[in-house]
Amino acid sequence: MSAGTTKLNVTVTDVVAVNELVKRFHFERTDGGDLPTFSGGAHVVVEMRDGDKSRLNPYSLMSSPHNTRDYTISVRRDDSGRGGSLFMHNHVKRGMEMVISYPVNLFSLDLRARKHLLVAGGIGITPFMAQTAQLAGEGGNFELHYTCRTPALGTYADVLHDRYGKRVNIYYDDTNERLPLERLLASQPLGTHLYVCGPAGMIRWVRETAAAHGWPDETVHYEHFAAPQPGLPFDVTLALSKLQISVGEEQSLLEAMEAAGIDPPYLCRGGVCGQCETNVVSYDGTFKHNDHWLTEAEHCSGKKIMPCVSRFEGKSLVLER
Amino acid sequence: MPAKTILSRPVYGTLSPQTGKNHLFIADAEGAAAILDLAKKAPDGFFASAHIMFIPEMAGNQFQTALRTLKPAQFYEGPSVAAALPRLRQTLANAHMGLRLYLTGSEGLIGQAMQVALEAGIDHSSIQTEHRGSWARRVQCVHCKGITENVTTQPATCAHCGLLLLVRDHYSRRLAAFQGVCINAEDPSEIPQKEEIFR
Ligand code: FES
Repeated sequence: MSAGTTKLNVTVTDVVAVNELVKRFHFERTDGGDLPTFSGGAHVVVEMRDGDKSRLNPYSLMSSPHNTRDYTISVRRDDSGRGGSLFMHNHVKRGMEMVISYPVNLFSLDLRARKHLLVAGGIGITPFMAQTAQLAGEGGNFELHYTCRTPALGTYADVLHDRYGKRVNIYYDDTNERLPLERLLASQPLGTHLYVCGPAGMIRWVRETAAAHGWPDETVHYEHFAAPQPGLPFDVTLALSKLQISVGEEQSLLEAMEAAGIDPPYLCRGGVCGQCETNVVSYDGTFKHNDHWLTEAEHCSGKKIMPCVSRFEGKSLVLER
Repeated sequence: MPAKTILSRPVYGTLSPQTGKNHLFIADAEGAAAILDLAKKAPDGFFASAHIMFIPEMAGNQFQTALRTLKPAQFYEGPSVAAALPRLRQTLANAHMGLRLYLTGSEGLIGQAMQVALEAGIDHSSIQTEHRGSWARRVQCVHCKGITENVTTQPATCAHCGLLLLVRDHYSRRLAAFQGVCINAEDPSEIPQKEEIFR
């Protein structure tokens, strides 16, 4: 198995509908005992066996890192996605046994910071549930700013408000409340670190505004919620394994390689960690790059692809795998 | 620039204007020339949000006029690095994100100002540094823990306990000092020749 992806056998102990779009899942170790410790911002990869299809999706752990009895994740239903979230919503029930990976943290707090400024959009709130629990337990200095569509869809807004009071600020789109980003960025004490998780457009906006306000890159942390996107099916030749594989509409290239019995490295399955980087031997067509790992120049070079999230359209693609 | 010997040996760059709301420059002696060089690359109005803290040391009066011509929002001239540090600490305590820090001049100045900046929560990798002038080192004796300023020789005598120290490239950001280890612990009668190498 890939580095950092040791498996855990777990049982679903509870499924809770949080609102119209979001369900929360609780997992405990099937053999009893404690789960591995993790830090706020960590995710696990959940394996979904759906008939002959198998999907592996990353989800942020949202329970308190001080509690390793169970892990909880929240899944937002995405009706136009590849079906991972629909599988979780429609098929995962209490008592079911599942396989998840050990936690991996690609969005950790920098504990040298004097203050943590957390900015969440929509379901991007989940890693902050764990991070705020961790910070509050350690007496850390934080402030959370959370934008959501409506009060009814403000996942955990009430919980957070009850737990942390004035340290939590919520902005509702439907009443035109706006996150006062510029003012926030201009008024933070030296030594503050900024964390953002939410839709791609929001992350871009926050990062660009922070850079323009003179926040050094080292102080700005972000997590893209990049679930692999569906797309047109395509064929790939794997040069090292001498295999010809087809990637289905709702499958990622990484999943297709795994289905063919190959075990490529991965960690995040969301285009951010760099583990799955694969060299392109030759191609005739266009890449659909969806990762946040490769540089712009690498995307244009036609020499590399991140199979966990990126796709291809065209006549032929040969990979060094 | 000396060759990078071990990982902790600081490496210095060349100052360049950063995007920021405020700019704080700390310089001693020839460090002033690095600020003047940066000014040639800086956008118009850059110094209107800048604060320069300058410690002339051996440079006397040669740079002050030129630095003032940049029209920084604030200009401070201090008698010594030691006198300037509390002022720096105070400035940083009241500062906000968006302040960019530039340190230039001797290794001792860069190291000590960096130490204050780290305590204020600034990440070392976001601080611009440029070495100018003397390579004299601040050395901490690992035996008595005393710090000797302006060390130019190898070996050097600890100003506190008198041991003869081999000045290593091993550097502590927390102490802003290089490590000095007794060079003749086995046989104190053996006295290696001192050479002036950190100039
Ligand atoms: S698995 Fe992390 S970038 Fe592909």
